[in-house]
Amino acid sequence: MPSLEIVLSVLDSSVRLAVPLVFAALAGLYSERSGVVDIGLEGKMLAAAFAAAAAAGVTQSAWLGLCAGVAASCALALVHGFACITHKGDHIVSGMAVNILAFGLTVILGVAWFAQGGRTPFLGSEARFGALVFPGADAVAPLPLLGPVYRELLSGHNILVYLAFACVGATAWALYRTRFGLRLRAVGENPAAVDTAGISVAFLRYRAVLICGILCGFAGAYLSTAQGAAFISGMTAGKGFIALAAMIFGKWRPWPVLSACLLFGFFEASAAHIQGVSLPLVGAVPVQAVQALPYLFTVVILAGFFGAAVAPRAAGKPYTRGEH
Amino acid sequence: MCKAFGPVRANDDISLALAKGKIHGIVGENGAGKTTLMNVLYGCQRADAGEIYINGARRSLRSSAAAIRAGIGMVHQHFMLVDNFSVLENIMLGCERGMFLGANSPGPRRARAELQRLAAEYKLRADPDALTGDLPVGAQQRVEMLKTLVRGAEILILDEPTGALTPQEADDLFRILRVIRGQGKTVVLITHKLREIMAVSDRVTVMRDGRVVAVRETRDTNAGELSELMVGRAVATESRTAPPRRDSGTALTVKNLRVRDRHRVVRVRDVNLSLRSGEILGVAGVAGNGQSELLEALAGMCRVDGGEIVFHRGGGGGGGDGQGEAAAGSSPSQLRAKGVAHVPEDRRATGMVAFESASHAAILGYHREAQYRRGRNPRGIFFDWPFIGAQTRRRMDEFDVRPPLPEIRAAQFSGGNQQKLILAREMVREPRVLLIGQPTRGVDIGAIEFIHRKILTLRDQGSAILLVSVELEEILALADRIVVMFNGAVVGETPAAAADEKQLGRWMAGVRDEG
Repeated sequence: MPSLEIVLSVLDSSVRLAVPLVFAALAGLYSERSGVVDIGLEGKMLAAAFAAAAAAGVTQSAWLGLCAGVAASCALALVHGFACITHKGDHIVSGMAVNILAFGLTVILGVAWFAQGGRTPFLGSEARFGALVFPGADAVAPLPLLGPVYRELLSGHNILVYLAFACVGATAWALYRTRFGLRLRAVGENPAAVDTAGISVAFLRYRAVLICGILCGFAGAYLSTAQGAAFISGMTAGKGFIALAAMIFGKWRPWPVLSACLLFGFFEASAAHIQGVSLPLVGAVPVQAVQALPYLFTVVILAGFFGAAVAPRAAGKPYTRGEH
Repeated sequence: MCKAFGPVRANDDISLALAKGKIHGIVGENGAGKTTLMNVLYGCQRADAGEIYINGARRSLRSSAAAIRAGIGMVHQHFMLVDNFSVLENIMLGCERGMFLGANSPGPRRARAELQRLAAEYKLRADPDALTGDLPVGAQQRVEMLKTLVRGAEILILDEPTGALTPQEADDLFRILRVIRGQGKTVVLITHKLREIMAVSDRVTVMRDGRVVAVRETRDTNAGELSELMVGRAVATESRTAPPRRDSGTALTVKNLRVRDRHRVVRVRDVNLSLRSGEILGVAGVAGNGQSELLEALAGMCRVDGGEIVFHRGGGGGGGDGQGEAAAGSSPSQLRAKGVAHVPEDRRATGMVAFESASHAAILGYHREAQYRRGRNPRGIFFDWPFIGAQTRRRMDEFDVRPPLPEIRAAQFSGGNQQKLILAREMVREPRVLLIGQPTRGVDIGAIEFIHRKILTLRDQGSAILLVSVELEEILALADRIVVMFNGAVVGETPAAAADEKQLGRWMAGVRDEG
């Protein structure tokens, strides 16, 4: 029976590890709900992580870093939008191009600007997002169960963590309770219906792609200026793709997507904890096996277990008037 | 009004006047410019020249939004609905009245009230909370009409509205259109079905080659005159060259055939059929009642779950069954080798590769034949393209495919010419059995006439033909014997000579004979 302390510590790191996934998966949700497939989440996160760390390092402000990260990510999002929406290009090819571009550019610019082998300067606490301690966190600590949960799990995260969870609620509300959400869902299913209702398909999709850019910016900035304290080349390490998997696992719906992100975050956290630990019956589990779980789950979901995962019908298809 | 696409004058100096409170028909063949005219009226395309006046005031319709504001509503042939939205959400899309759409916001509340009012006023009922994709086609069309009415349309344009409707649903639609007319609104009905125009319109405009060639009061004209105006010459009605040969042998027997789709839903249930050489068997029914699956199963394109399919070896007369070959589970190429040809229902998806050349389309399925290989070597790996091109060219002449250019892409031909190309491919080998689905879907009248003649000629040469069509008129014009399918089963069978259209309609609606 693992102690409460270990359980709390695993859950705590699950939350921390889930945050970039939540931002990126929501980013993908907006984009794909509008009909633009985005496999460039990874690249946008990476560019944002680099821009945020670089700007924070130079200005010594985490907030300016965040702005730079969002700006870099949005720039790439607009490139993707320009290729896919205006020029009706292939979404996968464009997304891959964004990934490759970001991977190369961050290293080259990092070396050219900071000469630390692709790293950005180490950020001090003033240039990072620090932990917010909830009032009374220490006071309630002695309470059984509730105290440690409040202190370890709920309190003591940085502001981006709380923002990520707020974004899930905001997305659910926007999607199902606002005019923008109605049109967004419609344009991903049947853009011709939106067009003939007198609404611009391109403008709607550009807005969705920009929101995607902003959220990827948050995800990247979180990696380099909140969770970490510098940019390291390739630091997203496939998180963009795991987020994509979480989005599919959550069937393009905000709350299930959050659950998927937390689950995948939990896998990652437990992978770190079971390293070298021999479990009863199975013995030592290779870390790689746990790391592969998110992908495995996604394949299982896509194969149609737990109900079919149906993508927005028009996702990935450029819209040309009069062809459907 | 003028509109050109490159050198093609899709609309050439069109003038059209619509009187308020009338139903106007616009008829014309495919490519006559109906769609372009409609797109200009709905702001999807900008005219090169010309003016539009509504109630005496000049309006510029630069976008769909402008057209909607000007009181124009459009019901497209392919519905512009989001399938996984509720009816209410589909109605609201684009006219939400406010940013927020919570259950108690003014937008949804007013849309609901509006739906109730329209249901009473126009007898147009729709459950606002039903999922749109689950509704039958007729109900989806009502949602489309409600959409235009909620937006305050005074002029309603309907594009080929009865394409997917049963005869009963079509009658329902006409009843609703008359109610709408009664409320002082203007209806424009764009179609190629003359019978509908005669049934419901007050005035009809005929278009041909991008021009308006005639305007008639419906009561002063008839279907014959209109079809001549559409085509530009007299249209011959199909005449049979010879009665079916009654002594010919059986070519195809189907026993207790059962087909399930990939969702394990039974699509064809226990169908029994037999088909003789020199006979056309017409399979009628409303779209989606198993005819497509029957055709695919016979052509070897889908799995058969039970029953027998037997193609009999040609033995000529005698009426004996001859020896048969059980064919359930055979692949399309095995069937072709046995002399079973197939003209699929969806020519663009299964009949050809649209992005390849016409030559490619002309040999597809028969491309393994030695004649197409370099050196006439059946095991050669290179195609003899010059030979294929020359052969395709000859077939194009024979089947009147225009333009007769084998090298251009299949996609660039009109629907009728694509169909003739496929028919040429399947017919030149004089198959023992020809399976043919929707031979004239999306094909203009001139080509329909040609295709029908070719089918009849092939029958007279002794081929057995199974014809699946949702156009009852086509079945009546061609078939020697008619079966009607409903919900996967054959509900009725009659010789064509004794066919009663009312009886066929009852079978199509699933009413079996007594006893």
